[in-house]
Amino acid sequence: MLALRHVGKSFGAVAALRDVDLTLRAGEAHALVGENGAGKSTLVKILAGVHAPDTGTVLLDGAPVAFAGPADARAAGIAVIYQEPTLFPDLSVAENIFMGRQPLTSLRRIDTARMRRESAALFARLGVHIDPDRPARGLSIADQQLVEIAKALSTDARVLVMDEPTAALSGVEVERLFAVVRALRADGAAVLFISHRFDEVYALCDRITVMRDGRVVDSGPAAERSVDEVVRRMVGRDVATLFPKLDTTPGEVRLDVRGLSRRGFFRDVTFQVRGGEIVALAGLVGAGRSEVVRAVFGIDRPDAGEVRVDGRRLPPGDTPAAIAAGLALVPEDRRQQGLVMELSVERNATLPRRWALSTAGLLLGGAERRSAASWTERLRVKAARLTDPVSTLSGGNQQKVVLAKWLATAPRVLVVDEPTRGIDVGTKAEVHRLLSELAADGVAVLMVSSELPEVLGMADRVLVMREGRLVADIPRATADEESVMVAATGAQA
Amino acid sequence: MTHRLFLARELGIALALALLVAVTFAANPRFLSAQNVKDLLLGSTILAILAVGQAIVVITRNVDLSVGSILGLSAMATGVLFVGTPGLPVPVAVVAGVALGAVCGAVNGGLIAAARVPALVVTLGTLYVFRGLDHTWASGRQINAADMPRGFLRMGSATVLGVPVLALFAVAVLVAAGFVLRSYRSGRELYAIGSDPEAARLSGVPVGRRVFWAFVASGALAGLAGVLHAARYGTLDANAGLGQELNVVAAVVVGGVAIFGGSGSVYGAALGAVLLTTIGSALPVLGVNPFWQRAAVGALILAAIGLDRLLAVRLARRLQGARHGR
Repeated sequence: MLALRHVGKSFGAVAALRDVDLTLRAGEAHALVGENGAGKSTLVKILAGVHAPDTGTVLLDGAPVAFAGPADARAAGIAVIYQEPTLFPDLSVAENIFMGRQPLTSLRRIDTARMRRESAALFARLGVHIDPDRPARGLSIADQQLVEIAKALSTDARVLVMDEPTAALSGVEVERLFAVVRALRADGAAVLFISHRFDEVYALCDRITVMRDGRVVDSGPAAERSVDEVVRRMVGRDVATLFPKLDTTPGEVRLDVRGLSRRGFFRDVTFQVRGGEIVALAGLVGAGRSEVVRAVFGIDRPDAGEVRVDGRRLPPGDTPAAIAAGLALVPEDRRQQGLVMELSVERNATLPRRWALSTAGLLLGGAERRSAASWTERLRVKAARLTDPVSTLSGGNQQKVVLAKWLATAPRVLVVDEPTRGIDVGTKAEVHRLLSELAADGVAVLMVSSELPEVLGMADRVLVMREGRLVADIPRATADEESVMVAATGAQA
Repeated sequence: MTHRLFLARELGIALALALLVAVTFAANPRFLSAQNVKDLLLGSTILAILAVGQAIVVITRNVDLSVGSILGLSAMATGVLFVGTPGLPVPVAVVAGVALGAVCGAVNGGLIAAARVPALVVTLGTLYVFRGLDHTWASGRQINAADMPRGFLRMGSATVLGVPVLALFAVAVLVAAGFVLRSYRSGRELYAIGSDPEAARLSGVPVGRRVFWAFVASGALAGLAGVLHAARYGTLDANAGLGQELNVVAAVVVGGVAIFGGSGSVYGAALGAVLLTTIGSALPVLGVNPFWQRAAVGALILAAIGLDRLLAVRLARRLQGARHGR
């Protein structure tokens, strides 16, 4: 139905896609996997009409097409769910869904009643409750993602392209989404599904295409390929182990949180993290994990309770004091909270240490550049130049810059919120290796994660939150998928 | 819910306006005499029309600093037309002024869309260019009320049922712009562009084209304001509308249009214009040193921004409270 033939695309000197062939068939779900920077997102943008290919052709129903812009691709029946939500914070959810193709009355006025009705119907189909009249501002990432999905479904597309739609979703929501996608597929739609979660890829897709360094390295029926084979083709080598957990002996209590409460978000949260320990904070999306982390770091001011680092009490709601005390936070939403997208890689990497690197209050280029260079090298950040804006990097490399930025402050307590959300297997393993090494150096690591394998593979202890409360503290020895999920959902085993 | 918030914002300005009028009236009942109300409306008209145009641009996360100069140019053009062609029908002059403004707006919009230069810089440049053209054109020319047809000048002071004709122009412009912005795709797309330009592009909104037309609209309205300026004052020199751009931006901000785009309404902007004008004439009545008038406008801008912030925080709280359980 939709095919790419010998497609190439370069940005400056960097070739993002080289001679790519891809065929999407009606009634078939096709998975596209590959490490970050392999060219998946560029491919998506070509299908979406955002970029035009430099070489090669896009064929729709066998005829070559040239999309002049996203509107053209949409008119051709291609709907795209982007990796990062692309919403209008000031507009209502319903307007977000129908922007550019609102239902009209006979006088070409916007039919708001119908727009609202159809939005509500879409959410019902997805089994979620989001008020179509509320503004998109303030929606959680999961809800933003659901609005994106509703947007794509509303177009009645013949080709549905999903770039990591499930990264922020909970298990139930993923199941709902898949049910809807399967129904579309049964109706003859072609689906392109990009994900780093292999269980989802195999649950949904009939074919798998693997990309590496801008090329397609493998393509064929999913049933004929094992996860191991696919991973090997993705990285071009064997991934030694995804969870290189080092055994450490816990030391002194580094982070001590007592009775922390914030009305409407979480209540009476008490826990400790020792040096050398990796403690995971697990729970469903919306359980209040990120909010706890924000309060610990002083971004939000808690209503009650206290946070101590190495026995010293932190003033509530004071981020600079938290950083000075040796706390570092790698936030969940790297685009909005972790990086200043317009600034260069080196500026971002050295942002929290502006004072330490400055001489008599002046930030001279040399020290900044040297420090940035050494850290980006250690983390193997792939960037053409350190002076390029961070926004030009791929997701995994952006995450590495966030990590570099905080690791360089030599933190005593490192808080990571969804450290591997939306990044590929190879980078994931590197991030895990880093976390393990840090813990081995005596850093206390608190890790918020929605990915159970990561939680179970990395954590010495698993804290589980449910509806704003800490409900379980499970040691590594007894933690398994069942015990964590039971605690997170409150279900009886 | 969003509409309710907008309403709250506009209600706030309306209340502030009502309060100001009430206090001034209590101090001096002649403040609400028919003549003074008429003067107030007349005084607000030109600023309100400019504010509507500016709001359209600001909603797209841009700004048009050249409106004062466009007003001057269009006023001068109107005068020159009447001098050169005695007996020219009034509507032709109005259309010519609007068209000239639209051309100026197209220059702005074209430069911004084609050269991808921020609107602030482009319109700062055209502010001087248009004013310079105005000066060149005006040199050696003297345009007085006597040079213009009486019908045209009468338009500047005539009333229908006590309401000045000029104010009716403003109301017509306001209603038309408000309607398009709220109920038409092109209007809503302006909000989308201001809210997140990148997302707008991905949604297939023709961003460059919409921004271009927003500037054309702003220019055309500044052109209309120039014609009305000529009709109202009769005597023209090259300094008409000088410095007006900052008053216009102030009216828009006081009226609750977010300076970073995406929210606000032309009704708010127009109310902001009326409020600023009313302050201008109320303070002398209240015995406040005119020296303080500018400070009052400044305080009002800060208060408006404070109010916006407060409303945003309250809205954020409510939205998080209303988060659905899963």
